[in-house]
Order: sequence, then C-alpha cells, then structure tokens
Amino acid sequence: MNQEQVRQVVLNIISDIAPDEDMTTLKDEVSLREQLDLDSMDFLDIVMELRKRHKVEVPAEDYPKLATMASCVSYLTPKMQ
Amino acid sequence: MAHDAIIIGAGMSGLAAGIRLAMFGKKVVILEKHSIPGGLNSYYQRRNFEEGGVRPFDVGLHALTNFIKKGEKGKPFSKLLKQLRLSWDDFKLHPQTHSMIHFPEAQLKFSNDFELLESEVHQRFPHQKDHFARLAQNVREFNELDLSLGYQSTRAKLATIITDPLLLEMLLAPLLIYGSAWEDDMDFAQFVIMFKSLYFEGFARPEGGVRRIIKLLVDKYAENGGELRYRSSVARILTENGKAVGVRLDNGEELRAIHIFSSIGLPETAMRVDDGHFETQPRVGKMTFLESIFVFDKKPTDDATIVFYNNAPTYAYRPASNYYDATSAVVCLPDNYERHNTAGEGTVRVTYMANYRQWADLVRTDYDAKKDEVAESAKALIKKLFPTYDAHLRFTDVFSPTTIERYTWHKDGTVYGSIDKTRDGRTPVDNLFIIGTDQGFLGIIGAMLSGISMANLHGLMEAPQ
Repeated sequence: MNQEQVRQVVLNIISDIAPDEDMTTLKDEVSLREQLDLDSMDFLDIVMELRKRHKVEVPAEDYPKLATMASCVSYLTPKMQ
Repeated sequence: MAHDAIIIGAGMSGLAAGIRLAMFGKKVVILEKHSIPGGLNSYYQRRNFEEGGVRPFDVGLHALTNFIKKGEKGKPFSKLLKQLRLSWDDFKLHPQTHSMIHFPEAQLKFSNDFELLESEVHQRFPHQKDHFARLAQNVREFNELDLSLGYQSTRAKLATIITDPLLLEMLLAPLLIYGSAWEDDMDFAQFVIMFKSLYFEGFARPEGGVRRIIKLLVDKYAENGGELRYRSSVARILTENGKAVGVRLDNGEELRAIHIFSSIGLPETAMRVDDGHFETQPRVGKMTFLESIFVFDKKPTDDATIVFYNNAPTYAYRPASNYYDATSAVVCLPDNYERHNTAGEGTVRVTYMANYRQWADLVRTDYDAKKDEVAESAKALIKKLFPTYDAHLRFTDVFSPTTIERYTWHKDGTVYGSIDKTRDGRTPVDNLFIIGTDQGFLGIIGAMLSGISMANLHGLMEAPQ
C-alpha cells in the first residue's frame, strides 16, 4: 500500500469507530484527539481494527505513534507492504 | 482450548463484554442460568384478562440514567455507543419530564437539565447556594473512572461541603437507593458516578423498556459470532495451579477457556472457586428491595416521572427492621416518559427497602399475606402522593428479595452487590475477572461500561497469564 492508501485505511477505521465525526476537515499534522472525540478506548479500537482487517500488530509501546494522521501513515506504511 | 473466553451471566455487563470480545475475533460463550437474558434488568409478562394478550413488565429498570442528547460527546453513554458500535437512534430514548425528591419539610425537582436542580436548591436553600456550587465543581473535577481508587466515605466528604443536613440528606437519597451497596453511605467514587448520571445527565426510558436494550445487545453479540447458552448454570469455576481454566455446569458438562469473566458478583464467584484461593470470603451486601407494580385503567394525572419519597427528616438507607420500611419509597411512573401517549393503562411502581432474612424465612401462606400487606401500603402511598388520580386498579404484582435472588443469582437478593468491590476486575485467581456490579460501575450504562472496560483491559490488551 502507498501512503494515500494507508491514510484511507485509517480514515475508514476511524469513521467506523466514530461514525458521527466529520472527517473532511481533518488536519494531518494535528493530534487526532484534539480534533475528534477519541479517547483511549477508541485508540484501542484503531489498533484492534488494524489487526483484524490488515493483520498489522501495533504493540502498546508504539501507541503514541498513532497520535496524528501523518504519524499514523509514516508508522503504518512500512508495516503494510 | 475450546474458547478464548467464558462469560458467566447474560446481563448488561456480560453481553457488553461478549460483544467487545466477539467483535475482535475471540471465541466467546456466555453462560446464562435463566431462560432469558437481562440479569438484574430483565422482564416478564402476565396475561391481560381485561383486554386480552399480555402485559409486559420490566424488573429493575425504572430509568436509564446518563441521558445524552443525540450527538453529545465525551459522556459515558457516548463512549458506550462507540465501543459497541450502536447508534443513539437504536435506543429510541424518551427523556423524563422531571423527578422529585420529596421530604416532609421540602421538595426538590430535578430534570435532565441541571439548572432546574440548581434553581430549586437556590430557592429552598438560599444559604447553601455557594456550597452546592462547590459540590458540583468537586464532582465535575473528580475522575471516578480511576481504577486504583479505594473506599472513601461520601458522608464524611459531603459534610465538609454541604452544611445544611436536610439538603445533604435530600441530595443523597436518590443516589443511595439507585446504587449503593453500603448501608447509609456510599463510596465517594460511586457517589460521583451517580451524581453525574442522575443530576448532570438524567433519566430516559427506551421505547418498549428494558427489552429494547437487551435485544440490541443480544443481536449485536450474535452478529459478531458470539455464542449464548441459556439454562446453563455454572456450579464450579475450575482452577489449575492458581489459574482459572474453565467451568463445570450443574449438569456436569465442563467447558475450558483462557479467560473467565464473571458477572454474578464477587461473593457468588468466590463461592464457586475451590477453597484457598480467596483468603477471605467477600461480604454479601445487605441492601435488597421489594417492588409493587400496579396497573390502572388510565394513565397517571401527575406529571412527575420518579418520586423519591421520604417521610422523615433524615434518610435511612439500610435493610428494613420489619420486612419492609414504608418510611421511604421510590415511586416510578413509567408512562410519564412518553406523555404523548395518553390513552391506555397506566403503570405505577413502588419500591421499598426490605429485609432479606425475614422474607426468606416466611412460609408460603404468610409470604403471600405479607405481599398483600406491602401492596396495600404502596397503594396508600400512591393515594397520598397523587390524590387526584382516581383510576381503577386492574392488576397488582409484588416481587420480594427472594424473587430477586431466584432470578438473578445474587445471594440474599442483593441488588447492588457486595460491599467489597474489585475496581480493576482482578481476583486472587489468574485469568478470572469480575464484571458488572461488583467491579463497581453503576446503573445500566455503568454495567455495560464495566463489561466493555474489563473485556478491553483483560481480554483484548493483555496476554493471558
């Protein structure tokens, strides 16, 4: 997957977890938590969905790497080749 | 290993935990003793001789607490919707009109808008205005979800903030009777949960009552591939080398799993584990109740949804000394959640504090006579509170602490569980976790959040021991 496809994967997961959020104005460099109503339980769901849908494992120590959309993409792209 | 997880009990917490685990590919089985789901919040029906068909009744649910408006964020209810992938619309919530705390010297109304309670307090207790504001601020800033908290007495803490004892008693009454396992007091973290869920957020009722919630959960669980077995009563929790490895049912069948989540209560769980694992047996809570349900030929004329009635200057929250205590009661008018429906029968539910031991010791004929006595007392209270409600009674049912025990598994008919809670869900036995009432989140929303957070923490995030 290229970076744009990985971005779409994360977007799809977030919109399934938080269907009421408006994702069209999301800023990739700003923390997801600041822009969306996501708490630690929701981040667990992002990790669980990555495992379920794409067989990608994110160990607990790497959770901070999911802080922004940009950091998600740069962390996940090598894992999704 | 046959299963990743066994969940004991298909109540709110068990179903919610089951959904979370099944959603992420775990092989889960829920074992329910009864032939229907719901646990402490279940339902039954009785034939309707007047109009044909049946009348549906809820047990437990007077109110769904933690009401939010559609789209509201960052609240317990909105977290639950996201975690279970349910939509606000699924619940078809009808908010309360208002409720009332009814003491002889004063009455306070509250609704799903906190400002009503504030203005009522300012009006009746003008000298407590700043004190009440400070209490609300304390509650707002407290993190009640911190799993490491220990017991702290609410009365001790409140006495330093609210200096008028009557106001203190009035504010405590609904919170105690809607959730405290402790007599006359409650843990401060639980007080905060209750204060937020009743006074900040408020009450609603799903259309159709508790059945709607249970159906949503059962359907979502099945949709995710979860297995649910009724009439499956767990006799023993099996251990090997200090770890839980499975369960044995009453019929002798054994099931094995990596994780076991028990919603049947901490003492009830400990009793089913071999000796030596629990150093001391967790204590069984003493708070149990009696409820009279009346069906009248028309809807109530008063518009309150729930009345927290107390006929004394202080609020005694403890087991009744003589079968039941009519000094105080919770009177619920479920029809007032949907004031647009004015035709048809009206229901009134009256709940008294009770004494389990005395009810358990009654022989059958005395038991029935005692239930009739309770119903008469409750009817008199309805007349007193709603003097203009001149409806004809069509149906009466009373359920006692022994009824609660029979249907819920909770020892001594205790409704809010043990006074020993395990906030992180852990027990002395590895891989055996407590969910629901004895984990310590309260109410229907609390029970579901308990199942969710324990499933997340112990079933999804951590590797098995």
